[in-house]
Amino acid sequence: MSTLVYTESILQPQDASFKLTVPAGDGWFHRIGKGQILRIVDLEGNQAADTFFFCATDVTERYSAQDTIREQGSIYLTTGTKLMSNLCREMLTIMADTCGRHDTLGGACAAESNMVRYSLDKRFMHACRDTFLLQMALSGHRVTKRDLAHNINFFMNVPVTSEGGLQFADGVSEPGKYVEMRAEMDVFCLISNCPQLNNPCNAYNPTPIEVLVWD
Amino acid sequence: MWSMRIPRRRLVCLTALDAGANLSALLYNSHDPLDRLNVPDTLKALHTAKLTRGHILMTDMGNSLASIVEDSLGWHDPLGGHITSTMVASKYGRHNYQQFRNDFHRNARDNFLIELSKHGMGLADIVANVNFFSKVVVDAEGRMAFAPHHCPAGARVGLRTEMDILLVLANCPHPLAPSGEYPRARVEVEIFPSDPPGNDDFCRNFRPECGRTLALTERLFL
Repeated sequence: MSTLVYTESILQPQDASFKLTVPAGDGWFHRIGKGQILRIVDLEGNQAADTFFFCATDVTERYSAQDTIREQGSIYLTTGTKLMSNLCREMLTIMADTCGRHDTLGGACAAESNMVRYSLDKRFMHACRDTFLLQMALSGHRVTKRDLAHNINFFMNVPVTSEGGLQFADGVSEPGKYVEMRAEMDVFCLISNCPQLNNPCNAYNPTPIEVLVWD
Repeated sequence: MWSMRIPRRRLVCLTALDAGANLSALLYNSHDPLDRLNVPDTLKALHTAKLTRGHILMTDMGNSLASIVEDSLGWHDPLGGHITSTMVASKYGRHNYQQFRNDFHRNARDNFLIELSKHGMGLADIVANVNFFSKVVVDAEGRMAFAPHHCPAGARVGLRTEMDILLVLANCPHPLAPSGEYPRARVEVEIFPSDPPGNDDFCRNFRPECGRTLALTERLFL
């Protein structure tokens, strides 16, 4: 287990301009303006918040996991991480993090990948990619599956071993842990509050998250 | 750079003719470009952060693009992404066409865009790629390190296509390769007929997930 560093925020929830609880298994599509600050709170602990960002002025520019981890030289996201776009521009910067480590290698669960990972009869279980697709379709913006690349899993712990193994380890999150990031450009934030019941990423009990935005 | 639609059940052999090769690659369902390589779905299904024999490159729709049926190296990189013009210039200096003619420095991003455009595709279709012949290790703190001297001349990896694919290749330096002289390792591509994966196939039996993605893909051809 690596060293985890925790950074608290000075922002107060009562000063937030936007506040919403996203129930387990639901989604959220929201514009975050440049300079605004987004906080995601793991209300009950060990809940994966699958999160993706598009550039609001041109959605072909979008979050890129490979560019983000390579440019910072580390696979884990935490305070100081610059979330990079596929054009290698800074989209958001993580300013505070009381969880200490977040994953961006594991991607989102999907009906189809659940069939591969667990069994062919899992096709009709609720999954993050379906939430992403529905939120994009309902957003009123021209954003489709073609624009969707792989995401961040806030509050999820996916260590890589020196031999190249990928593990899905117990969560490092707890009730009330949060991550906070400042938008460096106008972005659309797309969240699926993960409904996965086939593995311990949500401790087999998906729970709500809270999103807050400060101007 | 090179791209080609390759039918199902071909053996695509990639051979590094020189040491230090890196081949950035993207794969798509030839009939549906939205059914495309998904690195996280591939890695989490296989519980791996590297690619080698037995592994199957999967799409985000649970389908199998290609199985790795041969591998002399034991490690190909799915984490590092691909190099852009800005990165090439900062690592190797500016070598433009005007001065160097066809010895100018190519970069994988532009090569992907050129080849994808030939198939009516573009930036939105560039997802996380894999890098054949390169190795990036991750330590306990999560730090990534490029392994130099990983690929000797003669290194070889064999891919069996499990559906009709569009294969897009960019022979350009790995973005984490050390700076210095721009690498120019040649890679040979050979395509042979291949038998379908039988019930005793190594890749099919590598993990239960492999059997299931092959079964799903076979449904495309009913």
